[in-house]
Amino acid sequence: MLVLLGVLLVVAGFAVGLNPLLVVLASALATGLAAGLSPVEVLAAFGKAFNENRYVSAAWLILPVIGVLERSGLQEAARGLIGRLRGVTFARLMLAYLLFRQATAALGLTSIAGQTQTIRPIIAPMAEAARAAETDAPALNPPEAQKVRAFAAGTDNIGLFFGEDIFLAIGSILLMVGFLDQNGITVEPLHLSVWAIPTAIAAFIVHGARILLFGRRGPRP
Amino acid sequence: MIGLSQVYALAGLVFAGFAVMSLRDAANPRRRRNALFWGLFALSFLAGDHLGDLGNGVLVLVMALAAAFGLGRSGTTAEDAEARVASARTYGLRLFLPALMIPIIVLAGSLGVRHGGAPAAALVDPGQATLVALGFATLLVAGLSVRMFRQPVLSPLTEGLRLADTVGWMALLPQMLAALGAVFALAGVGTVVGETVTRVFPMDTRLAAVAVYCLGMAGFTVLMGNAFAAFPVMTAGVALPVLVKVYGGDPAAICAIGMLSGFCGTLLTPLAANFNLAPAALLDLDDRFAVIRAQAPTAVVLLLVNTVLMHVLAFPTHP
Repeated sequence: MLVLLGVLLVVAGFAVGLNPLLVVLASALATGLAAGLSPVEVLAAFGKAFNENRYVSAAWLILPVIGVLERSGLQEAARGLIGRLRGVTFARLMLAYLLFRQATAALGLTSIAGQTQTIRPIIAPMAEAARAAETDAPALNPPEAQKVRAFAAGTDNIGLFFGEDIFLAIGSILLMVGFLDQNGITVEPLHLSVWAIPTAIAAFIVHGARILLFGRRGPRP
Repeated sequence: MIGLSQVYALAGLVFAGFAVMSLRDAANPRRRRNALFWGLFALSFLAGDHLGDLGNGVLVLVMALAAAFGLGRSGTTAEDAEARVASARTYGLRLFLPALMIPIIVLAGSLGVRHGGAPAAALVDPGQATLVALGFATLLVAGLSVRMFRQPVLSPLTEGLRLADTVGWMALLPQMLAALGAVFALAGVGTVVGETVTRVFPMDTRLAAVAVYCLGMAGFTVLMGNAFAAFPVMTAGVALPVLVKVYGGDPAAICAIGMLSGFCGTLLTPLAANFNLAPAALLDLDDRFAVIRAQAPTAVVLLLVNTVLMHVLAFPTHP
């Protein structure tokens, strides 16, 4: 039971608002000590795992190219595009993006879009411009703009999560096949992925309804 | 063969560039600390395999302390904003071209390697084709964009650093959480949580057992930050012995919908930092949890939908 101390530390630390990096270090130390490791052994185990998980941070490799495109005016061009496309409302833009993200993820194309490469430079500015045009404001006030950006980011995650499992060769499907195989149950990847379809449809309906509601809210003073 | 180590070397060089640019960034009052942070990031990517476990531990400790005491960022001036508007007017739709090229190159690269037979597999490690293609795409498209839009040669590094400063210490958190997950696994945290869940909650009806599995997958994922960590524990603890053996459920439907219930938990937890917290930093949101708040209603409703779907669809030969 003592090893759960680390989990408690993470939950409490994040809830109180301490710096998450220090919370993670403290939790790793507590967990390791509870499992009978010495502090030096914990540090070594953490360092080993940190080194093995470098691919997580390799995603930041895309920052320079997005930076250059933003300096060249990509965000401004995305905003300008909304001004020229009359029929594109906030709700239609978000619905189209949700469908696009789910459909491409279902084909295994998970890295075709993402928070750094699509949401920040293109979709978020377009969503803000579309929302501003609907509320007849030259620009959104900062709290409203932040809400729109957060909603766009959430839409990307939801589209990705509830699309990717329809694809046969995605990591989570392979994990399930392997796990069931170890337990003596043979399952074809196809059988797992078809069961992701009902939830994918539900996700489009539920989040789509929230998009429509978000788009109908009146302009905020 | 081009594989992970070449991509890491490229990332290491980019991060080293960030460190040098940080040092030269007169507008950033904490430029030395930023340079230390990105310099150590570069060291990890360039030489992490030669530092030893303890060396890597010390490295991440120093990085985390430097970052936790606060990294600085340089501001953007109004001049830059005017230049961006003017550039957007000059180049218009052409600006989207490089942005579209990145996914196309990644797609073509990973498909090409996977279906290119022996010659392609000899050139690029098939297991890392996507990451290699991404590294190649960023290099190529950055160079192309600098030429097309007449930007300074060093702008990929200075502008990349501007974005990196926006993300700040959050850039380190996803990898640290992944490492924490490994320490949790080493200490057997998952097994203890799983045993507690199965012992505490009653599962004497089919619906109760389905609810324990679906809500347990989500709750466990919230605590561990990762549905993949929750899946083996909850499935071995609840799904296989109770839902499949006792109630005769279809293992494929139960596992698939169970995993998607875990994904609902991923949408709710700050521990899935790369999906939930890093975008909030990247989009300059004041509220660290703004993306989670935006996702939460959808996640909670979908969790209930999943529970109902499993109850209705996963038991063909009813109770």
